[in-house]
Amino acid sequence: MLSIENLTVRFATQDGEVAAVSDVSLKVAKGECLGIVGESGSGKSQTFMAALGLLATNGQASGRVDFSGTDLIGASEDVLNTIRGNKISMIFQDPMTSLTPHMKVGRQLAEVLRQHRGLSGEDARTQAIAMLKRVHIPEPERRLEMYPHELSGGLRQRVMIAMALMCGPELIIADEPTTALDVTVQAQILDLLRDVKESMRTGIVLITHDLGVIAGLADRVAVMYAGRLVETGTVREIFADPQHPYTRGLLACTPRLDDPTYGALPTIPGQPPNLQRLAAGCSFAPRCPFVLDACLLERPPLRPFAPGRAKACIRDDLERAS
Amino acid sequence: MTLLSVRDLKVHFPVKVGGVFGHSVPLKAVDGVSFDLAAGETLGIVGESGCGKSTLGRAILHLLPPTAGTVAWLGKDIPPSAVHEMRREMQVVFQDPLASLDPRMTAGDIIAEPLRNYHSDLGRAEITARVQDMMAKVGLLPGMINRYPHEFSGGQCQRIGIARAMILRPKLVVCDEPVSALDVSIRAQVVNLLMSLQQEFGLSLIFISHDLSVVRHISHRVMVLYLGRIMELADRDSLYAAPRHPYTQALIAAVPIPDPDKERAKRRIILTGDPPSPLNPPSGCVFRTRCPHATAICSQAVPPLDSAGPGHAVACHNWPEIAASL
Repeated sequence: MLSIENLTVRFATQDGEVAAVSDVSLKVAKGECLGIVGESGSGKSQTFMAALGLLATNGQASGRVDFSGTDLIGASEDVLNTIRGNKISMIFQDPMTSLTPHMKVGRQLAEVLRQHRGLSGEDARTQAIAMLKRVHIPEPERRLEMYPHELSGGLRQRVMIAMALMCGPELIIADEPTTALDVTVQAQILDLLRDVKESMRTGIVLITHDLGVIAGLADRVAVMYAGRLVETGTVREIFADPQHPYTRGLLACTPRLDDPTYGALPTIPGQPPNLQRLAAGCSFAPRCPFVLDACLLERPPLRPFAPGRAKACIRDDLERAS
Repeated sequence: MTLLSVRDLKVHFPVKVGGVFGHSVPLKAVDGVSFDLAAGETLGIVGESGCGKSTLGRAILHLLPPTAGTVAWLGKDIPPSAVHEMRREMQVVFQDPLASLDPRMTAGDIIAEPLRNYHSDLGRAEITARVQDMMAKVGLLPGMINRYPHEFSGGQCQRIGIARAMILRPKLVVCDEPVSALDVSIRAQVVNLLMSLQQEFGLSLIFISHDLSVVRHISHRVMVLYLGRIMELADRDSLYAAPRHPYTQALIAAVPIPDPDKERAKRRIILTGDPPSPLNPPSGCVFRTRCPHATAICSQAVPPLDSAGPGHAVACHNWPEIAASL
């Protein structure tokens, strides 16, 4: 359904050009949830902002983003506007900044239908109420008359999801959809996304730094580091048998409630690299416990190493080496 | 040895409601919290946004005046005149490392500021030596002493904040969401640093966080707060292995587990709705409006903190029945 090929995103900054995303290729199938894991600056959000033509003005994307036969890179605003909010919708981390503060919830929901479906007045209102019910918002008629600030964080995120679902999209891009929410409310929203995926067969791209959130919802996972994909595979493979040293490190340094740890946590030493000063070899090499001389010389390509799996690491002997 | 004794602490903020001719109602951010903290102990405080965990931390440090109740230090009440002197012993680390550091001061000046406040007799060379020594202890290169906060990464800024808190060798450090703004790979480094400083200096920590996994790892005891009240307070292992309060049970069940099979198979206790407004808390038990086990008594009487075993306190009318039904 969505196919990203060799996507590169560069930003012109005062200190020169920065490649936020480098040579990323991904596919999302209908009804599938693809989890994108990475830390701040890994390029996980910018990959999809570029795919939807939502880059900041100093950003430039190259490569191909195919959505059901349309190339979105270089597509005109008119074409993008028939797709965004209609066939592909987005859910962001902070619903307060992505909803219009001075417009009642009902009008914002109706606007989506007016824009994409040409519906007006009563029809749009009826559908908005139905959608608020669908996402389990109590007293939907009353909520339509409220402004975003009058709603709690959890309700605002439900309104965002309702808005994203208004036109029955084929794909939802959810960028840290639960990061700003409390853990009990996060559980509600994740349940809702799971329900949407299963009952409506909507594809979901779930962008998050939280491995637990990915474990609960994703079918396949792509791990990003310093603007590049470092490992891809099914969710079970990534969690049970991570094959890139970075994926291993991330999983090891996350304390878990199901398997409590005592004493010092395993860590990934050092800090994420500055994208403006990337060395020639593997970007993870300075922090990697498995580093070889060859890692410093040449950037490892993303290579398939098992059916449906790929990694950007030259080593195949992590088990023996660790 | 008991370092800190908090008794029936209340922090209420007056909030104006109803416009020009409105009146003031109390927002009960912390409403009757009591606990003791031993030397060398880490107490984790967990709860969702608005539960009063940060306000409690600030009231303990006397950064906020309590509305009622007492905070005793080594068995003695602290009169207002002694608060300045007390702060030598109790320090704080905040959530947002960059925002809590003055951008116009160098790392060295930031870390040295408490020394200058409390040891005005120290010479410049001695201050520099102590600052560089502390920088090395928290994992910063002493050679970076003249750099400014923006030249450091988020994790390094948090290390500066920790060095500033540790420079006076305090007995207690209150950490308010110290790792929440950090990337996953940096979080573990800072948690390890706090634990090793505790070992080295016999420090007590109050670790305030919404992250139940990190709190489990670092704490000896854990307090669960909801709308300004203690729901449960117990040793780490008994709280997580056998939570007695339905809120604690729901919180723990809501934490996603980074294991696809376990996460998809686990028993879900989905709480409906959001926490109610602290301006208008429910009568009786404040959790009853979201509690799957609420009964008639829950709206009538505030549940007292009841003993559910050695060192395990729970504020729920129905906890024995709930435990028996599990």
